[in-house]
Amino acid sequence: MSQSVRKVIDSRGSFCPGPLTDLFKAYREAKNGDILELLATDPAAKSDVQAWARKTGNVIEQIVEEQGYIRIVVRVTAKGG
Amino acid sequence: MTQATVVKPVEETPQTSKLCIILSKGTLDMAYPAFMLANAAAAMGYEVHIFFTFWGMSVIDKRKIDNLKVSSVGNPALPMPNLLGALPGMTAMVTRMLKNKMAKQRVPTIRELIKTAKEAGVKLHACSTTMDVMGLKKEDFIPEVDDIVGAASFIQMSEGGQVIFI
Repeated sequence: MSQSVRKVIDSRGSFCPGPLTDLFKAYREAKNGDILELLATDPAAKSDVQAWARKTGNVIEQIVEEQGYIRIVVRVTAKGG
Repeated sequence: MTQATVVKPVEETPQTSKLCIILSKGTLDMAYPAFMLANAAAAMGYEVHIFFTFWGMSVIDKRKIDNLKVSSVGNPALPMPNLLGALPGMTAMVTRMLKNKMAKQRVPTIRELIKTAKEAGVKLHACSTTMDVMGLKKEDFIPEVDDIVGAASFIQMSEGGQVIFI
């Protein structure tokens, strides 16, 4: 078993569906237990990532409103195999 | 007496959903929503198909993809008197304005969106009838196009999914 990793994805400045596509690119490489931390300025990022997590069965651990951007912490739980 | 069959409960695991977009317009303001929705859906694990028909073919035509425009005619949402839209050069001007604005905001180009879409497994289908009508050949398309299909194939492909007509 390899160690789970924590990865920061900086999508600040990118517009819908940029943050989601950036998250998905990282998700494709990720494995269960990994933490993906998405930084975004797009106002739709929060609801989009929530919808994504509901749909794909991954877990949102934390949503933090930072100064001028949002930090969404996702735990990967829905990878097959 | 036969025993009633026990119906197994539906699995809790998220199932694959499907999104099918029919893109019938060849302008920038129509191509963008199609690819943004396609990319968002693909990221959410949807199976995604885009069916290009009529003017939508311009978006996969390699001679036209980099020159998609925004129409200045019949577009009252533009910040100018509607009548001026018909003047020569207006379409080019409005298109240039939009492209500059998008580049400044770091909005990806249509080509970039197509690249992302393909990496995420989005399938691109060209309409065979439109190809006949417009005299297009497979070689005229960008290589990202998966296949050439007819109406029946698309109907079957989209069965059970969400369909959006643009």
